[in-house]
Amino acid sequence: MAVSSRRLQKELAEIQKQGTPVGITLLSADDFQTWLFSVEVLGETVYAGEVFALMFRFDGQYPIQPPAVQFLVDEKYTSPVHPHVYSNGHICASILGNEWSPVLSVVAVCVTIQSMLASCKKKERPPDNDRYVRHAPDNPKKTQFVYHDDTGIS
Amino acid sequence: MSSDYEFSDNDDFEYNDDEDMLDDDEGSASDMEMDNINDDFKIDKGPKIKVYEVEHDSLPQDAVVYLMRQDIEHISGIFGVDSEVASLLLRHMNWNKERLIEKYMDNVNAVSVAAGIAPPERSPEPSSSHGGPRRSSRLGFTKSSKSKSAEPSPPASEPFVCPICFDDTQQKTLSLTCGHLYCTACWSTYVSSKVRTEGESWITCMAENCTLVAPDSFVRTALADDTQTWARFQELLVRHFVSCMPSLKYCPYPSCTNTVSCPGAASKSALTSIVPTVHCGASDTHVFCFGCAIDTDHRPVICAVAKMWLQKCRDDSETANWIKSNTKECSKCQSTIEKNGGCNHMTCKKCKYEFCWVCMGPWSEHGTAWYSCNRYDEKASVDARDAQSRSRASLERYLQYYNRWANHEQSARLSAELYAKTEQKMEEMQLASALSWIEVQFMRKAVDESVRCRGTLKWTYSMAYYLEKGNEKELFEDNQRDLERAVEELSELIESPIDPEVIMSLRQKVTDKTVYVQKRNEIMLEDTARGFLDGRWKWNVDVEGFEKD
Repeated sequence: MAVSSRRLQKELAEIQKQGTPVGITLLSADDFQTWLFSVEVLGETVYAGEVFALMFRFDGQYPIQPPAVQFLVDEKYTSPVHPHVYSNGHICASILGNEWSPVLSVVAVCVTIQSMLASCKKKERPPDNDRYVRHAPDNPKKTQFVYHDDTGIS
Repeated sequence: MSSDYEFSDNDDFEYNDDEDMLDDDEGSASDMEMDNINDDFKIDKGPKIKVYEVEHDSLPQDAVVYLMRQDIEHISGIFGVDSEVASLLLRHMNWNKERLIEKYMDNVNAVSVAAGIAPPERSPEPSSSHGGPRRSSRLGFTKSSKSKSAEPSPPASEPFVCPICFDDTQQKTLSLTCGHLYCTACWSTYVSSKVRTEGESWITCMAENCTLVAPDSFVRTALADDTQTWARFQELLVRHFVSCMPSLKYCPYPSCTNTVSCPGAASKSALTSIVPTVHCGASDTHVFCFGCAIDTDHRPVICAVAKMWLQKCRDDSETANWIKSNTKECSKCQSTIEKNGGCNHMTCKKCKYEFCWVCMGPWSEHGTAWYSCNRYDEKASVDARDAQSRSRASLERYLQYYNRWANHEQSARLSAELYAKTEQKMEEMQLASALSWIEVQFMRKAVDESVRCRGTLKWTYSMAYYLEKGNEKELFEDNQRDLERAVEELSELIESPIDPEVIMSLRQKVTDKTVYVQKRNEIMLEDTARGFLDGRWKWNVDVEGFEKD
């Protein structure tokens, strides 16, 4: 079996056995290509009452290469208004790019994104949102993000 | 004008000192050998480098590796560290030895951390649990076959489970000195992915936030039998080294691994006086400019001017062409007018002047011949057109240079076709005469030379466009005109039909003309290059590195 499938199988088993951290729920993981999680920020937050969906897309290179991660934008979910999240759901976070480590897991990414939202004080879009969204590729991994270094995360 | 056409008389004058060349043909066909033929076309056989050439060396990959090795050994000797550490330090400092020495003397730890040799914090130093001495001056990695090594790995009783692939059947593991243990298969995939997919030679440990970098020997071990990826890794190291050295350039041709060393063109200021066209040595066709990526050979014009010209062509030429072909100017107020329909009776929207679109003369003189103009040569019309052309001088000036430039560019693009045609012609010639294949090579030589000269000519137009008016420019354009005419004459000869009667005289003519063209090209290149060295060329615009006076 390919490394990516074996690794994802193991991660899935672990999620099913140990559950997910508070605020994160597995919505679907029907195959080893696309997984969906719901993410909400608990405690004192600018996102009180909002639930978002995080979509993971894996290719055969996982976990050596990072998965493609973005917020789902459809009739049910929206992209959180955050300085590092574009309105099409793409996320500018270095751990999804050059700081990815094969040791990181799907749940670890969820937790990182969750804390990225939790640390947000002011709801606003990235300054280049309109320009980016107009020309953005479907897969956020195809974007060479320049990581805006103003929080611990991105 | 007429005297220009007496030119062929001058030809003899130009090169009759090369007597052997002209007499050669009397010895006729039979004993001609390739060497002799080549000699025919040689002007200057001296090994001395020409003024428009630049001294450079071709280095195969091994030679560059040797240079790297020398630097590594030098640093290794000074710092008393092993060569792998020295290599990482140098790579981290972009092979700048002086800066490395300075920084290293200043703060060994900071440099070692940044170079991926030592972990950032010293506090959780696991040296007590670590077998050997753990200093930043020694680099190693740990290989274990599920042994009871003192790594921070699971107790030996439990089977090792790789935290990446979760495979517990993997027996072999590897780690850098940080001790982050993963199975060999994961390391191999990871290293290979870094090298092949990302083209990255700076390979950090797989653990999150671990900044340790894999030394060469580790990469080698991780890749095991994958010699292709290992070769690619070495190539990446060489490329990085070459990119850090101003006097080195990697050959830009696909899959070529040669490097050119050209210290003469290493500085930006040198590029204002030389055009460093170099050969990488791997193949005759691997020619490139050491100073820029604009064109493989843009002699005689320097990089900055060639670049400016190309930019202008990209920006302006289409617009200028459109304006030229689709608009005219009102003969009164010089407004640019596009005729988008209707009859020839135009009324300028701005100044209300009425004129004829065809002859540009005033409409009032057209009388009853309303919608057809037959007055093209009348004085008023000619004057109106003259006025118009004057007002378009700058546009025309640009287009004149551009069109000539584009014409030679076009010819260069069609050169493959010309070669094919010539090949065919050479075969016909053999059939029509007693000449052997070697003896008809003069045609090929002629084409070679015309292609080369058109390359020179092309770029002379970009240079002439920016040259300031004056004697120097006139001399430049004289040389340019002589070359241009000679090339056109040669092209005509090449294209002339084959008549069995005159093949021998055609051969003589083509050979003579080829030599002449070659000489004119030499003069053009040499004089321009010398002009740069003497600071003779003045520009009508600001050129980087030149003082405007």
